[in-house]
Amino acid sequence: MLAKEVQMNKISLIIKREYLTRVKKKSFVIMTLLGPLLMAAMMIVPIWIGMKDQDFQIIEVVDETGLFINQFENTKTLKFEHQFVNIEVAKDSFYNSKYTSILHITGIGKQSTAKMYYKKQPGLNTISKIESTIEDGIRNIELKEQFNISKEQLEQINPTVHVETIFRNVEGGEETKSSTISSVLGFGGAIIIYMFIFLYGVQVMRGVIEEKTSRIVEIIISSVKPFQLMLGKIVGIALVGLTQFLLWIILTGIIISIAQVVLNQDVEMVNQGAIQQVMKTQGAENIETTNVSAQIQSVIDEIPVVTLLISFLFYFLGGYLLYGALFAAIGSAVDSEADTQQFMMPITIPLIFAFVVAQTVIQNPDGSLAFWLSLFPLTSPIIMMVRIPFGVETWELLLSMFLLVLGFIGTTWVAGRIYRTGILMYGKKVNYKELWKWLFYKG
Amino acid sequence: MDILHVKRVYKNYATHTALHNVSLHVPQQSIFGLLGPNGAGKTSLIRIINQITAPDKGEVFFEREILSPKHIEQIGYLPEERGLYKKMGVGEQALYLAQLKGMSKNEATIKLKKWFEKFEIDGWWNKKVEELSKGMAQKVQFITTVLHEPKLLILDEPFSGFDPINTNLIKKEILELRDKGSTIIFSTHNMESVEEICDHIALINKSKKILDGQVKEIKDAYRSNSYEIIFEGNMIAFSNALWTGFEILSSKNEKGRVHVSLKGTDNRMSVNSLIGALVNEVKIISVHEITPSMNDIFIQKVSEINPNDVSEGGSDE
Repeated sequence: MLAKEVQMNKISLIIKREYLTRVKKKSFVIMTLLGPLLMAAMMIVPIWIGMKDQDFQIIEVVDETGLFINQFENTKTLKFEHQFVNIEVAKDSFYNSKYTSILHITGIGKQSTAKMYYKKQPGLNTISKIESTIEDGIRNIELKEQFNISKEQLEQINPTVHVETIFRNVEGGEETKSSTISSVLGFGGAIIIYMFIFLYGVQVMRGVIEEKTSRIVEIIISSVKPFQLMLGKIVGIALVGLTQFLLWIILTGIIISIAQVVLNQDVEMVNQGAIQQVMKTQGAENIETTNVSAQIQSVIDEIPVVTLLISFLFYFLGGYLLYGALFAAIGSAVDSEADTQQFMMPITIPLIFAFVVAQTVIQNPDGSLAFWLSLFPLTSPIIMMVRIPFGVETWELLLSMFLLVLGFIGTTWVAGRIYRTGILMYGKKVNYKELWKWLFYKG
Repeated sequence: MDILHVKRVYKNYATHTALHNVSLHVPQQSIFGLLGPNGAGKTSLIRIINQITAPDKGEVFFEREILSPKHIEQIGYLPEERGLYKKMGVGEQALYLAQLKGMSKNEATIKLKKWFEKFEIDGWWNKKVEELSKGMAQKVQFITTVLHEPKLLILDEPFSGFDPINTNLIKKEILELRDKGSTIIFSTHNMESVEEICDHIALINKSKKILDGQVKEIKDAYRSNSYEIIFEGNMIAFSNALWTGFEILSSKNEKGRVHVSLKGTDNRMSVNSLIGALVNEVKIISVHEITPSMNDIFIQKVSEINPNDVSEGGSDE
């Protein structure tokens, strides 16, 4: 075998060991199984609870103003019954009555106040529903009294407007984009990349510290170059991460589809409700419920799915490799995990910064802040992911990817220099000046 | 033939010099002691031979070729600070390390089984290293060092942490490996511990080699013509019988036996003439030459070079 092949063989041996020892660990198996359960639970439980534990209230309305008789609409979960009794009487008999709360309205016109006495805590929705009914009632009365406009007349002129945003490019082509779905996709991708870099970057660091403190490192680097050991570790752990994410996605999918069958249509219904909720918070209030699915479909069609997927994988791995090398360098420079704090700061700051800024970038994905941060390798894996669903010029994307590749070659080089000196350095408190010197030591 | 030739090697670190113009010849199939106090530069030299670091200046030859990565597989290295992956199985780990040294999995498995039997640790294959005692882990470590049958074996403080029984076991194995053709470099600051099994030595102090050669020749060169005699009988008769060629250094009486240390003041005085003079006067129990220990030689050599400094270095390596 050629010398080069032998060296490659050794790297693959290291990768194999790093991968297998981690995948065989109990904690990996448990996390891989628990992760999807937790994720699925996070999606299903609120829906399920929403279904099973709705706020059933039978409300006794004691309306001293007399303005709200039959104004409250009964729903599946809320039942209003007007009682013309004194509030004290109502309160006295409350505990033995069928009612879950008493709604007591006093005062006239704008001075109306309401109190709610309850046995069973009313939900926020119930309260806001009552509030808006009372407000509407007062408004209607005022309109009627001051301007002689009836409720029916008002409803007739209630307008419904939805602003459609259309991108018009240089060539004159037009495309519709939905900022909502783009935001969700971009931010989701960014969160996953952020988590991956942190979780597995720290694993790289721990692995290096383990080798250093157990002193096996000197034996291994008498067989392979320190750089090969470092690279093998980083790649091996990346594969562990990819395996875990892949299993999570598959298992989560399985669990959710099982849950969907079990809970059947209800989930579908509530899901749509949830999506509608998202739409509302994003300011697109007047989307018709029936159109939501179709709208989502059309938006998804408009998002560059292939670009998105390829870029996601690229930034996912690129970002990890870039930071993984730095985490390895930290591990090599310290004697125990307790000493890592001072060196963790400069690494975690750009990561957290990118993550925080990502929320601003969503508001303005083509701004100059977004532009520069999506080129800078330490922040680009997160910021570019946020931008891509909104559409990014090809040259920007390619430049950003190119810089990221340069970035991780750079950090790997720096880390390699620090690593090979650091792993043989024991019992010495290392500072930045020292690390700087290590960069220029002769092999 | 020399298996290893270190030629005028220099190595500097930011704050100190680790090696200054060090040259060594390690003959094939010998046990070579690399001796010196802590911080003398031994580990730096060993790391250069293992290609963990490179010298600033100078060259290293392995079997007359410039040392290169292809020689890695012919060198076995037991570092001073040793350890294994704690959470990994013993057998699995030994296989991994063997494969890193270029062995195939099958070959390594067969040889490992043999060594495990030899050291009576066959039951440990699936145990995790963290379950082993320190001595047990040391055995495993030794096996992983020699498994690929290296031509050159470098042992840095090999006996630290071993109990006397295991020390003897390892000594026996080392001699056996030498007899089969391996060359062994021993590095230690404890000079007494290896002089008995070393053929050649080199003394290093403060980054410089101060002495090297065959153990026997060095010892001969540093003979002081001193003897210890143990006898039963009269001390006065003993002193009278001595010719003027001997000077009594010390004497003490222990349970009727007298221990006397003598130094010949005249090089013509031999053990034969000493015994001849005494044999009719006292009952001689034993006579032996007081040879200087490596440690004595080291201290003497250091003080020759630098009379103000005979302390054993203490700085970190």
